[in-house]
Amino acid sequence: MSSGGVLEHFTYIVTVFLMVAGLYVIIARGNLIKKLVGLSVFQTSVYLLYIAPGKLLGGTAPILAPQYTVYSNPLPHVLILTAIVVGVATLALGLAIAVRIKETYGTIEEDEIMAADNAVQAGEDARRS
Amino acid sequence: MSSIAAHLPALQVVLPLISAPLAVLLRHGGFAFVIVTAGAWAAFAAAIGLWLQTGETGTISYHIGSWAPPWGIEYRVDRLASFVLLLVSGTAAIVLPYSRASIEREIPRDLHYLYYAMFSLCLAGLLGITITGDAFNIFVFMEISSLSAYVLIALGRDRRALAASFRYLIMGTIGATFIVIGIGFLYLMTGTLNLVDMAERLRGVESSRPVLAALAFITVGVSLKLALFPLHQWLPNAYTYAPSAVTAFLAATATKVSVYVLIRFWFSVFGETLVFEKLPLPQILLLLSLAAMFAASFTAIFQDNLKRLFAYSSVGQIGYITLGMSFDSVNGLDAAILHLFNHGITKAAIFLLIGGMVIGLAKPGAVLPEPTFDRLAGLARRMPLTCFGIVIAGLSLIGVPGTAGFVSKWYLILAAMEKGQFWIVGAILLSSLLAVVYVWRFVEVAYFKPAPEGASKQEAPLSMLIPAWILVIATIWFGLDTSFTVGTATEAALQLVKVGR
Repeated sequence: MSSGGVLEHFTYIVTVFLMVAGLYVIIARGNLIKKLVGLSVFQTSVYLLYIAPGKLLGGTAPILAPQYTVYSNPLPHVLILTAIVVGVATLALGLAIAVRIKETYGTIEEDEIMAADNAVQAGEDARRS
Repeated sequence: MSSIAAHLPALQVVLPLISAPLAVLLRHGGFAFVIVTAGAWAAFAAAIGLWLQTGETGTISYHIGSWAPPWGIEYRVDRLASFVLLLVSGTAAIVLPYSRASIEREIPRDLHYLYYAMFSLCLAGLLGITITGDAFNIFVFMEISSLSAYVLIALGRDRRALAASFRYLIMGTIGATFIVIGIGFLYLMTGTLNLVDMAERLRGVESSRPVLAALAFITVGVSLKLALFPLHQWLPNAYTYAPSAVTAFLAATATKVSVYVLIRFWFSVFGETLVFEKLPLPQILLLLSLAAMFAASFTAIFQDNLKRLFAYSSVGQIGYITLGMSFDSVNGLDAAILHLFNHGITKAAIFLLIGGMVIGLAKPGAVLPEPTFDRLAGLARRMPLTCFGIVIAGLSLIGVPGTAGFVSKWYLILAAMEKGQFWIVGAILLSSLLAVVYVWRFVEVAYFKPAPEGASKQEAPLSMLIPAWILVIATIWFGLDTSFTVGTATEAALQLVKVGR
């Protein structure tokens, strides 16, 4: 890719980088808070995916006036405003559940939670046999 | 009266949506129960009205705020949408009266009003996904229903419910974000969010890379939501540890509505030419469906917890639905839509009965036990109605003639024979045998093992048995009289398959 190509696709490159980085953090990290951070980064990358193409160089807000002929599309912004609200709600709920997990399990590390669950399961099996 | 009939599409979503904040404002379990149940019953009535209207006048297009599509948001009810609306609102109308007695033992009393609020939000979200004709609306409603579903699951009394809910939150949000990415690509290519408009504008740019990427993102995202094997890992724990009423409601509706979204995008937006001829999607879906039918049903056999057993069975049964979709024929889609409905009511019946069983098993005032097989010995003598109901619904899961499950499997086999793929017929029959095995495990323990000493006859409360048995009778009814289910599903399939070509 030529340097012009990189510049031309700069927003897409940033978007894809954030997307993949976020997804990687969700999969690779066992800490519930870090997973939520990854999830937020992942969701934020989508905001960029929508917003960036909506911007037209030299474009204005869609105002009906004779001196303006080039408009930026305002719809993606409105959509993403909704998506941001959804993202915040998801993050808040995720953190709330993480707090409850910390209260009941005493840890927010995924492998320790699974170990605790397996211990309970082993106790159940022992009771049964 | 006619003015109300004209606004049924909006009322369908608005009524449960309004009952949620009212329930929170009232801050009282009893009042919240009344208002949310009233909202759900009103939604059910609206769904019946819409079903009648689509039967008379065909597809309904409702313009929100009188803004004409594609600029305004359109609610669009065709035969398929009205069928799914009936399933979702009907299940809610039956599960809500049940949950009053059920959550009494499962959720602290001061949280009851929040349970009802979350329930009606989840209902409103699921109805919204089904009825809307706007791509971004689908995402917003999907998040409304998913976020409330995470809360409902986290209300389970076992701490493992929290871990299950968190995992569902992570996987569900990844799925939803994939769907938004796909919708974003579609919007970039077509400049519209209205599904009908989008389908028309896509005809010119079908094979371009962003459209293919959109198809891939949406397919994977929705597959996460509908728990297509192997993206089902969130499901077994979520179903096992959620409160019984929540499990029954989600099992009957949440994954089914996601299937609806996939059908909508594949058949109404992208079109069959793109999905089935230019990409190897049907082959992939066929393989994953078969994997679900065998691997998940096989895993179900070895579960000790009855709820988890039927959760794995759900993953397997979703395999039959997606198998029907992969045939790309009227009969195949017919079978998928039928099984979506029939499996929904069957599984709801089973999970409702298990909820009653758990309460019957518990000693008064004690913590509710898990429904593990060692506790179920000789249960048929203690709870004859509950056990008999599970057996009948189990027969429907297997696909025994005279039950709803038979009808949808029959159409599935017809679709496979129509394609000349007889080995798939064999696979359907073989995987049904796996269902025989896991249902038999329950029958053997409940009917043929001796009950422990001193166990008294203790049936589940009537307020829980009656809703559950309504669904059990429905599984038999729709197995014998198929005019409603098969009629609607066939009309829906014909509408969809014609649109794509």
